[in-house]
Amino acid sequence: MKISEIAKLIDGEIKSGFDNLDHKFEFAFASDLMSDVLTVKQSNVLLITGLANIQAIRTAEMSDIHCIIVVRNKELNEEMIELAEECDITLIKCKYSMFKTVGILYDTVLKPLY
Amino acid sequence: MMEFNFKIESGDFTNAGSISSSVKRALKQLNVDGSVIKRTVVALYESEVNVVAHSHGGEVVVNIFDDCIKINITDSGPGIPDIEKAMTQGFSTASPEVREMGFGAGMGLPNIKNNTDDFDLKSEMGVGTVLKFVNYFKA
Repeated sequence: MKISEIAKLIDGEIKSGFDNLDHKFEFAFASDLMSDVLTVKQSNVLLITGLANIQAIRTAEMSDIHCIIVVRNKELNEEMIELAEECDITLIKCKYSMFKTVGILYDTVLKPLY
Repeated sequence: MMEFNFKIESGDFTNAGSISSSVKRALKQLNVDGSVIKRTVVALYESEVNVVAHSHGGEVVVNIFDDCIKINITDSGPGIPDIEKAMTQGFSTASPEVREMGFGAGMGLPNIKNNTDDFDLKSEMGVGTVLKFVNYFKA
């Protein structure tokens, strides 16, 4: 599923990685715990999190995750956006709760990891 | 062989991951297999976070050979009182600040071990901790 379609469905605001909007994702993983994200071995995964800090971006970088949806209307600072750009990560700000965001996306072709 | 040396400041969460990022770039330039790069940088990133979160600071020495990468992470204490316990998934002594950063669930050390081919952890209270790991480029 394309990033542009995902962002539209969750009424998300794209903050970085505008060149990758046609990139298609197959899997999604939701967690506020970066230690959990770092155990993910699957590729082509997008991350849904409520953690709005620089470590969420770093974790995605190390895990080869190229799209992060930050839920609960959290502010994404310039440092996060710059690092996301540098790491070729599309950052999407979403005003919905984690529950609502995951609910909407679960109903699409995106698959859970387990 | 290439050697890189880095310092890690205690409590510097803003820069935690910058060493892993540099190593990732270097390994990519050397065309190392993507899965090996991912395992290596996940292990190194977890290690960086551990030094930032739990120690008085430390240093990382990275050696890249033709067939493997060897990484030594040394901190200046306080040390791990019980390594077996620290290696138990779910055991953590992390502060609330560390947990706010998305870590501190007692998963770091077991995850480092899972992502490395050779893993050696030694610690002495009052002196410090030395973590050495190796990842081979071919299976």
